[in-house]
Amino acid sequence: MWDYVKLVVLGAIAVFAAIAAQYGHDLAYTVNAIVVMLAAAITFIWVLRRMYEPAVVVDRNTYNDGVVRAGVIATAFWGVVGFLVGVIIAFQLAFPSLNIPGVDGILNFGRLRPLHTSAVIFAFGGNALIMSAFYIVQRTCATRLWGGNLGWFVFWGWQLMIVLAATSYVLGGTQGKEYAETVWYIDWWIVVVWVSFLLVFMGTLIMRKEPHIYVANWFLLSMIITVAMLHVVNNLAIPVSMFSSKSVSLFSGVQDAMTQWWYGHNAVGFFLTAGFLGMMYYFVPKQAERPVYSYKLSIIHFWALIFLYIWAGPHHLHYTALPDWAATLGMVFSVMLWMPSWGGMINGLMTLSGAWDKLRTDPIIRMMVVSVGFYGMSTFEGPMMSIKAVNSLSHYTDWTIGHVHSGALGWNGMITFGALYFLVPRLWNRERLYSLRLVSWHFWLATIGIVLYAASMWVTGIMEGLMWREVDANGFLVNAFADTVAAKYPMYVVRGTGGLMFLIGALIMCYNLVMTVRAQPAKAPVNANDFVPAE
Amino acid sequence: MDTYSFLRHFADSWMLILMTALFVGVVVYAFRPGSGKLQDEAANSIFRNEKRPAAEAARNYKEA
Repeated sequence: MWDYVKLVVLGAIAVFAAIAAQYGHDLAYTVNAIVVMLAAAITFIWVLRRMYEPAVVVDRNTYNDGVVRAGVIATAFWGVVGFLVGVIIAFQLAFPSLNIPGVDGILNFGRLRPLHTSAVIFAFGGNALIMSAFYIVQRTCATRLWGGNLGWFVFWGWQLMIVLAATSYVLGGTQGKEYAETVWYIDWWIVVVWVSFLLVFMGTLIMRKEPHIYVANWFLLSMIITVAMLHVVNNLAIPVSMFSSKSVSLFSGVQDAMTQWWYGHNAVGFFLTAGFLGMMYYFVPKQAERPVYSYKLSIIHFWALIFLYIWAGPHHLHYTALPDWAATLGMVFSVMLWMPSWGGMINGLMTLSGAWDKLRTDPIIRMMVVSVGFYGMSTFEGPMMSIKAVNSLSHYTDWTIGHVHSGALGWNGMITFGALYFLVPRLWNRERLYSLRLVSWHFWLATIGIVLYAASMWVTGIMEGLMWREVDANGFLVNAFADTVAAKYPMYVVRGTGGLMFLIGALIMCYNLVMTVRAQPAKAPVNANDFVPAE
Repeated sequence: MDTYSFLRHFADSWMLILMTALFVGVVVYAFRPGSGKLQDEAANSIFRNEKRPAAEAARNYKEA
């Protein structure tokens, strides 16, 4: 019966998408409609072929690791895609001739840039968050993932969102809001998938067999709830037509800008910070084989972050039409945020106290420690840049880009790599990783790559900030904008090289992980039935 | 009083006090006497149930 309902719904979606493709007003919409039609048709056939097969009996006394394994593969894959697009656009900035003419702008910097940011944040970061949330919540609640196949719906729904967004961006579909470029129907789909994610996570928490909700789950849950709220409010818009990707925002002027940066900064604060802190609070203690340094500090870290972060957004709008009090409020809360951020960093680093020798022998823990170090560094740099006087120099310069990347490559990237190295041998039941030497290679390529990236962006950012404000004795501006662009060329090449090193490191990781699954011996079963003794 | 002024006034008086009090309350609660043992227990909970879900709820784990 349930299968018939699924078939009817999927069939209706496929037919409607076909009609929509016919009537689409713009190319991005038409191509998206065809993608939806194909996705619905494939799912239709998949459901149809399994209709009369006996239902699979699920052993309730196991974890649902299939969806986590799929998430690990997706994270690694989208990571490489996102880094590759990043390297391409970095070199497009250094060598503008790489903007290939004659393909109607499809491969221009302007189209590829949102593709890069969304690929690394939402495809790489999003998959990393979803798969580690599913892994962590099962282990810390000692119960199987709630919702049966709903977890798989979240996984495939998220992949569909990524494909829709990517095809939409390169064909010119955008809302013009940074990190919220996805057009209205993709936004609606994100809501459906994200609420399903919330249901799976909450359901598992409610069914838990542990009395306490471990702190990692608090961070992950706050991430899911806050991102849902931010996404819905920032994307309140009226579509121009059911058959067009254009929509008009409900807000206008400075209200729209404020809503956008309330969303934008908390996407950083909750998606890229709270969610990844959830990963830190689980994977770092597990890899170090010691409990977190101070559980009290983790509770205070959590609540301080929650109370402060949501107010920091206005620092993106210094010296604009935003009221002065709002800008000052954003600045003050950004500076206060320094305290919980460093509390969290200290908590992560001190988890290794008494086990510092592991830094020498275990390249995975080294990766995690460097990641926490970059978290501390970028959460020091961020509050500093939010101060109005500093911001008047740094805003609109490459310094911002460097800051973002020391956070994204250093903190988010490195903790995710650590989690992937942690998870693959466990999820595929392998004794150990294929090669620790290759992990070391990855570690050094990525670290040196980030240092090249951040250092070159500091130099070029401060240089162009100073050049823009330089005036002669009569008060006239000394430099034309094009002068700053020409002066930045060597630093752009260094930045591209750093990104390339980071990408090569990620490729080495993929090779290492594939070989771990393919070439490492499976773990010897404890006994004939692979029973685990009751604890 | 227009809506903006009312909300502005409310936000930087009562709401600010409420939020600060809530936060202070959370910190005090984290440091309450006897919390240390429960927190150690929670911090170490990640080292069990690695491979399989718990057979039954660990509500009375302390007795075990």
